[in-house]
Amino acid sequence: MAEIAIRGLTKYFGTRLVLDRIDVDVSAHEVVCLIGASGSGKSTLLRCINRLIEPDHGTISLGGVPIDSAQFGRTGLQQRVGIVFQSYNLFPHLTVLDNLTLAPRKVQGMARTQANERARETLSLFGMDHFAASYPEQLSGGQQQRVAIARAMMNAPDVLLLDEVTAALDPELVGEVLRIIHDLKSRGLTMVIVTHEMGFARDVADRVCFLSEGRIIEEDIPERLFTSPQAPATQAFLARLIASGRL
Amino acid sequence: MTAPDPRSGATARPGRYGIRPAPDGPPPPPRRRGFDWRAALAPGLMSSASIIVVFGALYWLITSAEQWPRIKAQFFNIDHMIAAAPRVAQGFLTNLQVWLIALACIGVWALVLAVVRSLRGPVFAPFRLMVVVYIDVFRGLPALLLVILFGFGIPALNIPGLPNSGLFWGGVAMVLSYSAYVAEIYRSGIDAVHEGQRAAARSLGLNEWQTLIYAILPQALRNVLPALMNIVVALQKDVALLSVIGVRDAVREAQIYTATTFNYSSLIVAALLFLLATVPMARLADWVNRRDRARRLQIAE
Ligand SMILES: Nc1ncnc2c1ncn2[C@@H]1O[C@H](COP(=O)(O)OP(=O)(O)OP(=O)(O)O)[C@@H](O)[C@H]1O
Ligand SMILES: [Mg+2]
Repeated sequence: MAEIAIRGLTKYFGTRLVLDRIDVDVSAHEVVCLIGASGSGKSTLLRCINRLIEPDHGTISLGGVPIDSAQFGRTGLQQRVGIVFQSYNLFPHLTVLDNLTLAPRKVQGMARTQANERARETLSLFGMDHFAASYPEQLSGGQQQRVAIARAMMNAPDVLLLDEVTAALDPELVGEVLRIIHDLKSRGLTMVIVTHEMGFARDVADRVCFLSEGRIIEEDIPERLFTSPQAPATQAFLARLIASGRL
Repeated sequence: MTAPDPRSGATARPGRYGIRPAPDGPPPPPRRRGFDWRAALAPGLMSSASIIVVFGALYWLITSAEQWPRIKAQFFNIDHMIAAAPRVAQGFLTNLQVWLIALACIGVWALVLAVVRSLRGPVFAPFRLMVVVYIDVFRGLPALLLVILFGFGIPALNIPGLPNSGLFWGGVAMVLSYSAYVAEIYRSGIDAVHEGQRAAARSLGLNEWQTLIYAILPQALRNVLPALMNIVVALQKDVALLSVIGVRDAVREAQIYTATTFNYSSLIVAALLFLLATVPMARLADWVNRRDRARRLQIAE
C-alpha cells in the first residue's frame, strides 16, 4: 500500500488553477522528485501534503488514512510529515538548540532536559552539535539548512518534504546538504523532493515526476525520464535545461 | 633596446602561470600603536572650543539685552525656583507614577488589539472589525479631548461601583488613546515577520496561538522596539495633559504656584524635571535605533 496516496488533487488560488487533478502514489521508503518550471505548482503540491495549504478538491492519505481525518488529531500529521523550506525559515530569535526543542516542548509537552538531549543527538547526526548555542544568523546557509533538516527530524517523521532546499545556497555549500539527504534516504526515510538540481534528482530519486501547469505530465524512473522522455513538454523542459547548461 | 628575457619576466610575476611557489609566510600584523592622546583629544577639544564660543556669544547677547533683567526675574528667579521645587517635584512623582502604570496598560492592551487584528479566519471577522473601528476612532481624536471627556465626564455621572477620580479616568483616556497608536506599531511589526516563519511553526505542529506567542510576537516586538521607545518618551510628556482636569502633576503644581506669586520660575522647574527624564530616554531610544539598524545591515549583507 502506498505511504502517500494523492487522488484528484486540485487547487485554485482565486480563479487561477494551480494544481489540476494530481494523482501520485509514494511508497514507503521511496524518494520521489518533483521537477518542473517555476510556477508549475511544485511547492503548492508539497504544502498540500502537510496541510499548510488546503486543496479545493481531491484527497491525500497517509498510510491509508485521509490527512484531514480526526484520527490525526491536531498535530498527528505534523509528527509524521516534516517539511524543509528553501529559505530555511529557522526562528531567528531562538538558538539552534531552541529551534529544535520548541515544537517537542510546546506540542508534545516534552521536558526541557529531555528535549535538549534529543536535540543534541539529532544535531550531531547532521554535524551541527557544535552550534547548539549559536543563533541562525551566525551560521552559513548550508549550516542553517542542516539545522532546518535537523529540526524537521526532531519528531522522527516517516515522511520528509523538501522544497528546493539547496536553491538558496552558494554552489560550494550545496554538496553538504545533498550528502545529508542521501544519508536520510539510506536510513529509509520516505521523501518527496522538489529540486532544480537535475543531477541530484537523477542520483537520489527512485522516481521523478515532471509537473507542468499544475498537471503531472510524466513520471518515470530517472534513468528513463532524463534520457528518453516521452512527453513533448518534458522534452522541451529538459532541452531548455541542457541549453542553459544545467543538465 | 633588448627584448626582455622571458625567464626574468617569469620571475617578475612568480606563479602567475602554473604552480605558485610556497609563500615565505604572511606579512606581520599591523603594529599596535600606543594610545595617541593628541589624535583622541584634538577633535573633542575643537568641538568644545567652538561650543563655548557660540554659546558664550548667545549668552552675552541674551544677558545684555535690555529686557533681560525682567525676563530673568520672571522666569529664572532662583528664590522662587527653590520655593516651588518641593511641590513641583511632588507633582512630578505623580507624573512618573501615571506614566509607568499607563505604559504597562498600553503595552498589554495594544498587544491584545494588535493580536486580535492579526487573527486569521472568518470567525474572527467581527472582532477584527471592532479593532479597526476602535483604532480609527481613538487615533482620530485629540488626546486632550479624550482626557477632558473621560476625566470630567465620567466622574460627573456618579455611577455607583465605578471609580470617581479624575486621575483614574484621565489615565484611562490616555491608555485608550495611546493604545490605538501602539497597536498599529505592533501590527506593522507582526506584518513584517516573514510568512515563512508562520509556515515553519505550523508545519512543526504549533497551533495558531502557539505560533503567535513563540514564533511571531518575539520577532515582531524586536522589529518595533525603536518605534516603541519613541512612544515611551512621548507618553512621559503627554501625562501633563492630565493637569487640565485638575490632576496635581508637575505642571499643575507649577501653575498653582504661579497663580499665587505671579512668577513663572516654577514652570521652568517643571520644564527642567521633564527634560531630566526625557533627554536620557531619547538618547537611549537613539542608541536602540542605531543598534537595530546595525543588526539589520548585518543580516542583510
Ligand atoms: N499563496 C498564494 N496565493 C496566490 N497565488 C499563489 C500562492 N502561492 C502560489 N501561488 C501561485 O501558484 C502558482 C504555483 O506556485 P508554486 O509556488 O507551487 O510553484 P513552484 O512550482 O513551486 O514554483 P518555483 O519553482 O518558482 O518555486 C504560481 O503561479 C504562484 O504564483
Ligand atoms: Mg516552489
